[in-house]
Amino acid sequence: MAKSNKPIFWGLFAAGGTVTAFVTPALVLVTLFAAMKFSPDMFTYENIHAFAAHWLGKLIIFGVILLSLWHAAHRLRVTLHDFGVRADGAVAVIVYAIAGLGTLMTLVYLLRI
Amino acid sequence: MSERQIQLEVLRYDPETDSEPRFQSYAVPCKNEWVVLDALNYVKENLDTTLSYRWSCHMAVCGSCGMMINGEPKLSCKAFIREYSDKIRVEPLANFPIERDLVTVVEDFIAKLTRVKPYLIPKEDKPISAGEFKQTPAELMKYKQYTLCINCMLCYAACPEYALVPDFIGPAAIALAHRYNQDSRDGGRDQRQEVIATDEGVWECSFVGACSEVCPKHVDPAGALQQVKVASTIDWYKEHLMPWVKK
Amino acid sequence: MSNKPYVREVSKTTWFLNPQQPRYKRYMAREVTCIFIGAYTFLLIVALKRLAEGPDAFQGFLNALHSPLGVLFNLAALVAAVYHSTSWFNVTPQAMPIQRGEEFVPGNIIVGAHYAVWAVVSLIILILGI
Repeated sequence: MAKSNKPIFWGLFAAGGTVTAFVTPALVLVTLFAAMKFSPDMFTYENIHAFAAHWLGKLIIFGVILLSLWHAAHRLRVTLHDFGVRADGAVAVIVYAIAGLGTLMTLVYLLRI
Repeated sequence: MSERQIQLEVLRYDPETDSEPRFQSYAVPCKNEWVVLDALNYVKENLDTTLSYRWSCHMAVCGSCGMMINGEPKLSCKAFIREYSDKIRVEPLANFPIERDLVTVVEDFIAKLTRVKPYLIPKEDKPISAGEFKQTPAELMKYKQYTLCINCMLCYAACPEYALVPDFIGPAAIALAHRYNQDSRDGGRDQRQEVIATDEGVWECSFVGACSEVCPKHVDPAGALQQVKVASTIDWYKEHLMPWVKK
Repeated sequence: MSNKPYVREVSKTTWFLNPQQPRYKRYMAREVTCIFIGAYTFLLIVALKRLAEGPDAFQGFLNALHSPLGVLFNLAALVAAVYHSTSWFNVTPQAMPIQRGEEFVPGNIIVGAHYAVWAVVSLIILILGI
């Protein structure tokens, strides 16, 4: 029996779980307010762009999105197993590929800002 | 003396005559201070001598009277009748094959327990003349909680991952491996990691947490397993990203 | 061991519906939050894409967000995210106990500290975002 390689993904899952627990509810509140158009001068292009244009802002955005993606991907892998999907290998490839794609997209868009 | 008549529904299975288990109901006059085990003993002594179940100490120490009481893994010596309604359903521990009536086949757990080497493996052999292995109270506290495990297997009966993947080494065995890994006198962690840092080891756990909720001794196996995951993850990153760092 | 032990089968797809184990449903609810966290993260990635494309594109994103579906999705994500946060913080003392001298720091202090940091972080995000 060999030692597992799951720690790579579990490490990201655990770090992501912690980060999303701290930031996601407030982030969702912000976009919820934006969706409800509570006030015209919030979540404006200028504000968000200024934040994302700064290197520190870029780093924070990248960190939060990367960890959220890999947290969700790994937990989804486990959850699908709990729902009876037994093709764990295929599931792992698919969920991690989606997370990888999202990570790549984030990187590209951030560099364009 | 207050007494209450209860219906005890017991899952019966006789491997010689039955193709599958069936419930049998007994009317038991229970005293107020009785536990479910007392009711079973009453049945055995007065109503049906063929009923089979395991028990020994009647005081939550031996860990042999675990069973499902109304679907929850419990020590029947700790489950007070007064906390239940007039109908109590008793089944053998979930996730284990039924040997006969309330007696389960526990060989799988015993084998897993053996595999994790739940004993002190000293870092170096010392002659007796070199004296005792000393330990501070703080070092003792680090693992003391896990020494309270009585191997009752309630955690395995509660664990859905063990139900789904029977190869999973499971809560109690990994918690005990963690107990020795945390012991300042022990040097056997590397050997135990070979067994528990595997897919069928700690990585089958998804932290449902049920094991800790049903543990009659408050061992918190779920916590132990998460700590093993954290430590194994640090190991992995050290091994693969910083191979020059000696373990 | 008898030569005919009886094995009770557990359904691989519906085990968590066991009426006697409501904790299994709570667990699955916790696990399912990841679908909302993941979907919401992709919403953020789309926002980032539109942000990179300029003010008009970003306004288009905001207009698309301003719809019953957008509100509904954000509401569902909010419930899932809060459930994830509380379920995550509540088990931190188990995963990361802190020992000071002989005694362990009480679990409610560790959990409380996480809730306090959560409140501060949320406040900062809301001030920055609104």
